Amino acid sequence: MSTVDYTRELSVLDTKPALRELDDLISKPLETKPNKKFYIALSITLSMLSLLVIGLGLTFYYGIGMWGNNNPVGWAFDIVNFVFWVGIGHAGTLISAILFLFRQKWRTGIARFAEGMTIFAVMTAGLFPLIHVGRPWLAGYLFPYPNQHSVWVNFTSPLLWDVFAVSTYLTVSLIFWYVGLIPDLATLREKTTNKIKKVIYSTFSLGWRFSNRHWQNYEMVYLILAGFATPLVLSVHTIVSFDFAVSIIPGWHTTIFPPYFVAGAVFSGFAMVQNVLIIVRKIFNYEHIITLDTLEKMNKIMLLTGSMVGYAYAMEFFIAWYSGMEMERFTFLNRALGPYAWAYWIMITCNVVSPQLFWFKKIRRTIPVMFVIAIFVNIGMWFERFVIIVTSLSRDFLPSSWAYYKPTYVDAMILIGSFGFFFTWILLFAKALPVVSMAEVKAVVEGAQPSHKEH
Amino acid sequence: MMSEKILYSFTAIFDSPDEVSHATEKVVEQGYTKFDVHSPYPLHGMDDAMKLPPSKLGYVALVFGLSGMVAALLTMWWISAVDYPIVIGGKPLFSFPAYIPIVFEITVLSASIATVLAMLFVFFKLPNNSHPLHGTEYMKKVSSDKYGISIQAEDPKFDEASVRKLFESLQAREIYSIYWDNEELTHKHKILEPKFLTFLFVVAIISSGTAYFTLNKLMYMIPFNWMMDQPKQSAQQKSLVFSDGFGMRQPVAGTVARGYMPYEFKGKPDVAGEKLINPIPISIESLKLGQVKFDIYCSPCHGYHAEGNSRLRGQFPNPPSLHSEKVRNWSDGRIFAVLTEGQNIMPSYATQLSVDERWAVINYLRVLQRALDAKETDLQ
Repeated sequence: MSTVDYTRELSVLDTKPALRELDDLISKPLETKPNKKFYIALSITLSMLSLLVIGLGLTFYYGIGMWGNNNPVGWAFDIVNFVFWVGIGHAGTLISAILFLFRQKWRTGIARFAEGMTIFAVMTAGLFPLIHVGRPWLAGYLFPYPNQHSVWVNFTSPLLWDVFAVSTYLTVSLIFWYVGLIPDLATLREKTTNKIKKVIYSTFSLGWRFSNRHWQNYEMVYLILAGFATPLVLSVHTIVSFDFAVSIIPGWHTTIFPPYFVAGAVFSGFAMVQNVLIIVRKIFNYEHIITLDTLEKMNKIMLLTGSMVGYAYAMEFFIAWYSGMEMERFTFLNRALGPYAWAYWIMITCNVVSPQLFWFKKIRRTIPVMFVIAIFVNIGMWFERFVIIVTSLSRDFLPSSWAYYKPTYVDAMILIGSFGFFFTWILLFAKALPVVSMAEVKAVVEGAQPSHKEH
Repeated sequence: MMSEKILYSFTAIFDSPDEVSHATEKVVEQGYTKFDVHSPYPLHGMDDAMKLPPSKLGYVALVFGLSGMVAALLTMWWISAVDYPIVIGGKPLFSFPAYIPIVFEITVLSASIATVLAMLFVFFKLPNNSHPLHGTEYMKKVSSDKYGISIQAEDPKFDEASVRKLFESLQAREIYSIYWDNEELTHKHKILEPKFLTFLFVVAIISSGTAYFTLNKLMYMIPFNWMMDQPKQSAQQKSLVFSDGFGMRQPVAGTVARGYMPYEFKGKPDVAGEKLINPIPISIESLKLGQVKFDIYCSPCHGYHAEGNSRLRGQFPNPPSLHSEKVRNWSDGRIFAVLTEGQNIMPSYATQLSVDERWAVINYLRVLQRALDAKETDLQ
């Protein structure tokens, strides 16, 4: 038990576990009392969460003057965190929808978890625009509704597109996730002996009967949802990038932003999914379900998207020079050599250099190394948003209004706290619901489908 | 109470997907229509084996997606081009390219929600936890690792003996008969149950109480009221700074409001006649304005041609004609004094007519007077 041989290939497609064993294994965390490790993890995330509560309380009471935002850097940690967390969510939809459309069977082991992560990441992201408006209790005005002021929202503003994109994304992700959960909840309903749990599972499984007359429509709907979620996930980060690209600030006003943001989002999202899955498979003994092969495939996607992001960085510089626009040239030189050069080079090291190690098969298949690389990727992707937002704003057209942005302790509390918020949800999810889709995994076990022999 | 149980279906359990798909084909061959196959996950090719028609949920997605799309576009058009037309960033009121993101999001949102709701509540008629298959050993097995076929008693070809024989010939692992639950069948929901009424009452109290508290109290507490509570003096507030205690200050003596001209000849119309000079030169615009104002304010009593032929038919004393020698010889300033202060029974028109309008009316009056008293030169 103490040493796990990570070089051995374990795959649901290679071995044939009994289906009932899969049920038992996946539902074990739900049926047993959590162990000490769980409580330690929960106490860490809850402490981080309490930092968020205090930070938000201060922001609430005294206003956003508690943050380091200044003039001209009016968007700082709040928007950096928003873009970062929305990006984290994208991997989940990519795994559950896009890989589903491409019939990638290896996704089944990680899809449920990644979808859950999408929801929690978007929830975390959603906090930031709310607190960024300063008076979150008035955020209802973001939506167009016939109010007593006879005032409507501006439909030509990217910020409003964002409201629609993120709320649609959260809703569709929730639906997708819930539809996937229904059969599993029904399995749990039949399995449990606890009366209260039985009522809860019965309620939320809606009386699902595993009928093949239902499965047929169910698969159709799953396909439709995947078909919708695929362009949706691309649109969400495209629209997030419009928040910047539609403005005229040098360093923001570029057409490369939509694809560059989407690639970055998938990149950071996969890093986060990989990190969390490594911990989950270890704690719950899911090595047979979330296999090393799966992790390796995720690392390959990180290598691909990381290279795309690196290409985008280079292309931004090239276009800044090629455009011949003085402001644009200055902004990019300022990024690499100006007062925020430290952030820029952290970004380059973490995002461009570190994923290149995944060219080596050995590294792709060594868990501790890939874990560290993925952490670097997430640090790098957070700094990418910081570089884009803060350096561009701190030195724009008017040198007389240039200013250096420094975060305050409240900014730091909210950033750390957002991780606490996210991981608390993850832990509760892992304890309360099956983190691997039982129905989907069973369907890809060898011999699970009729062999279509002639009768 | 019914004591005898009603049969719902006969069910058979199979161990492998191959067995169950073979068995399904046989069941279809025998002509059964009211049957179902249960498996813990979707079995490929089962829709063919069961001879199921293709799923119609794609049409639901199409219809609702397109409706959402059109609704979003129409709503945005109505809001930004009809109800609240404001030009932003020099874009047209209806700027279609800028609406594409939201139109797309609403399309996806409405199609996804509608398809899932239609599947669960219309196609599957869920939630249904009272189905006879629930709570059976059969359901326990097919929910985990077995595959089952259930032939319902309401099938026209159903016959206990022959179904059992069929299942046995297919080498079913186990055969169960499933009965309706009598309690479920006889159970009736009562809307006026005291429990339910209490629940409704509690919900009503909580939701109205919360709404009242939020809208009338919470929003006026610190820090929610900090936007309303601003450190400034407003007009009707008591002042702690000024000795007279008024928040409003008196203007400096002799201040004249913008666009306002003091009238110096109150009660002295003859002096006004001597001193005031008409500042408005005769022009088409001025005469047209004068005509409009004369027809509105003067003509009811003086008549459209100022002949003193009132339209009031004696309900108000008729005024004199304005074509008299006296009025014709009055200076413009003298007439201005009458319009400003009134005369005899005629009230002041200072509030209805601005200074410029009064002069315009006087210009127009001069035209009317000249019309009845034309000079030789006018004929040329």
